[in-house]
Amino acid sequence: MSATAADPHHPSHIGPASTGSGRDGQASKRIIAGYGFWIFLLSDIVMFSAFFAAYAVLAGATAGGPTGRQLFDLKNVGWETACLLVSSFTCGVASIGAMLKSFRIFQWAMAATFLLGALFLGLELKEFAGLVAHGAGPQRSAFLSAFFTLVGCHGLHVTLGLLWLLTMMAQVWAKGFREDIQRRILCFNLFWHALDIIWVAVFTVVYLLGAAL
Amino acid sequence: MSFLFGKLSWSAVPLDQPLPMVSAGVIALALVGVAIWVIRKGWAPYLWREWITSVDHKRIGVMYCVLACVMLLRGFSDAILMRSQQAMAFHAPGFLPPEHYNQIFSAHGTIMIFFVGMPFMFGLMNFVLPLQLGVRDVAFPTFNSVAFWLTCSGALLVNVSLVVGEFQRTGWLPYPPLSEIAYSPGVGVDYWLWALSIAGVGSLIGGINLVTTILKIRAPGMDYMRMPMFCWTALASNLLIVAAFPILTATSAMLLLDRYLGFHFFTNTGGGNVMMFMNLIWAWGHPEVYILILPAFGIFSEVISTFSGKPLFGYRSMVLATLAICILAFMVWLHHFFTMGAGGNVNAVFGILTTIIAVPTGAKVFNWLFTLYGGTVRFSSALLWSLGFIVTFVIGGMTGVLLAVPPADFLLHNSLFLVAHFHNVIIGGVIFGAFAGYTYWFPKAFGFRLHEGIGKAAFWFWLVGFYVAFMPLYWLGFLGMTRRMQHYDVAAWRPWLLVAAAGAGLILIGVVLQAIQLFTSIRDRESLRDRTGDPWDGRSLEWSTASPPPVFNFAVLPQVNGLDAFWSMKSQARDPQDLAQEPTYQAIEMPRNSPTGVVCAFFTTVVGFALIWHIWWMAILGLIGAYATFVVFAWRDNTEEDIPAAEVARIVRESHRLRADALQTASRS
Repeated sequence: MSATAADPHHPSHIGPASTGSGRDGQASKRIIAGYGFWIFLLSDIVMFSAFFAAYAVLAGATAGGPTGRQLFDLKNVGWETACLLVSSFTCGVASIGAMLKSFRIFQWAMAATFLLGALFLGLELKEFAGLVAHGAGPQRSAFLSAFFTLVGCHGLHVTLGLLWLLTMMAQVWAKGFREDIQRRILCFNLFWHALDIIWVAVFTVVYLLGAAL
Repeated sequence: MSFLFGKLSWSAVPLDQPLPMVSAGVIALALVGVAIWVIRKGWAPYLWREWITSVDHKRIGVMYCVLACVMLLRGFSDAILMRSQQAMAFHAPGFLPPEHYNQIFSAHGTIMIFFVGMPFMFGLMNFVLPLQLGVRDVAFPTFNSVAFWLTCSGALLVNVSLVVGEFQRTGWLPYPPLSEIAYSPGVGVDYWLWALSIAGVGSLIGGINLVTTILKIRAPGMDYMRMPMFCWTALASNLLIVAAFPILTATSAMLLLDRYLGFHFFTNTGGGNVMMFMNLIWAWGHPEVYILILPAFGIFSEVISTFSGKPLFGYRSMVLATLAICILAFMVWLHHFFTMGAGGNVNAVFGILTTIIAVPTGAKVFNWLFTLYGGTVRFSSALLWSLGFIVTFVIGGMTGVLLAVPPADFLLHNSLFLVAHFHNVIIGGVIFGAFAGYTYWFPKAFGFRLHEGIGKAAFWFWLVGFYVAFMPLYWLGFLGMTRRMQHYDVAAWRPWLLVAAAGAGLILIGVVLQAIQLFTSIRDRESLRDRTGDPWDGRSLEWSTASPPPVFNFAVLPQVNGLDAFWSMKSQARDPQDLAQEPTYQAIEMPRNSPTGVVCAFFTTVVGFALIWHIWWMAILGLIGAYATFVVFAWRDNTEEDIPAAEVARIVRESHRLRADALQTASRS
């Protein structure tokens, strides 16, 4: 869906919408919102990269405690990954629903996304609780500190995403598919997919490499 | 009780120490006095409606600069305290006990970087960028306000530590293992971590906002290579913010987890890695110095070009140099800890990369000199700051190149030579740049100029004071004096420290003169009035609109046909056939003001304070409040309001009339 001159929230004083390349003035609000949110996502990925770097540095610092190979249960992680990847699909369906302005598709798809996200969080918490119960909590070693922080930071993002998701469902329910709400739905979609990208990296770097080492 | 108040108790208030109590008392009296004055004058509703809740980039910019000036006074008082302590503490304890002295040098660095340098540059960028780009606002006006108020929230928390608890004693960066809970059990490090995390989120939001503004919101025809130099340096600076501040957030989070939950990121035990902190903090910290200096480079480019009456020499090479610095900024972090055991080969690589940064910077210096060369140079106070910068910054840059040589660094690291070096570039670069920008754009912001004579006097006191205060520190470094000494017994150091203290006194006179300049300029504003909107015969678009600009900046967006857009408009208008006819004005849609920023910052302050003192219920309530604030913001129905075409036309005609009067008066006299 591209911005068009028919966009009622496109500033009236600039004529047809532009991409903001400079030749023809400022971009439409939809482009500005999406672009700004992309910049935010990049900064968020930089933050994750710091946690990834810390994990890479500390992965071997087990201080005599358990290693990743002894701890990671790839089956549980596989189900987590499945939940998150499918939730990305349902989130995409929700964005199509928003484009078609179909309440039914949007709300059902968002509800499905919420359930899958919550399931992911539940599985993650189950893993965390199991580790802590076995004396492999974050205080045990630098490796486990880095592990809990990196994976937990992703989990915190999913939690905030779920809060945002519910807020968007409530907004659409209360206000309908207003232009500004459409822009927020666009940003939420970008956010949710970005969490998937981060998770793919977590799955590879932490779990797959960790279980192999 | 511990559920209700966490670690907080009356013993946290240092009632037995006169210095913090008296200074806090003076600040409190001043704040209460201002509040009473504002309320009695009936200005409170105006301040709330037009400033505190404003989403106008010009007002937010002004408020950033006010915050920076107030915090400059705080940071400067710390500097005076340190200089007096070292002047007195020869074979003597001085007047500051060690634990207090350590807090002062830590607070001085933190405040000067985060709450003076950053807000000053953010303020100038906020105010100027949309005007230079020929547009009406930034990309995200409400987030702009949120970013400003989060910065205030961080500044407030740092200052609260003066009377409730303590500030950190680890230096301006909380190096572990000293900053770990085992060695710093107090709340000082927690104040730093939470205040900086909150202010850092503010900086990040501000950076995202300005990057999006520059890349996506420009006047028609404003190609990248037609943007004024300040826009380019601001773009590079904000790209650095977006890429570097998340690292600070992550590093702070790791240290917080160590301190609050017993994690082992940087501890001596459990496999923690102290060197990881050094690498992470300087992966943010080195770009940070370019975040501060790049906008200053832009300011100098604008000022030197305007007051030389010439286009900037080597515009393209200037753009290239700016972007080269932007990239190289991320490749030199290790030079901050050459002595921490990375080994000869690694040190050599980082030493060479560090000296390479001097190349684009040197190109810039030559471009400024060639802009001046052959120009019709007007020695206004804004230009004096810029010339003072060129000389001072070159000296600071050269001592930096010296420190970039690892064998030399082994001798000079952690000495006063280093302290002299970074003050040389930060005062000579960032602070002089901030003052040049302040003098240059003040008439645009308020409609009248600052008093030139007092401004020049202030400049000379600052410049001479700087050399008297910091050149001795270079020498003291050679004499082997390390930084952060509370007392000493080497007789050879004493005279130089007395000279340095005298230098601080000269700078103090400069600061007082600047206060007097502001006061007299406001008093005599009618005689200093700028009626044309173009007091300096400027070249870029901010001078094409009225001073102060109307809320919508430009009634009709300018059409840009080249570099120095306003200069070419002025040249063309000299041809009488080109005198533009009055366009038909249209209604303009502007974002509505919103208290989201200030309310959100109130809650983050509550959350920060609660977390510092382990008052968990309060932290949870604060987070719920911050979330609720955003939901309320998201729920409002009218986000914008129209300024009717008739009102636009009235405002523009009024400013045109004033300008025509001024030009007639000028041509008569």
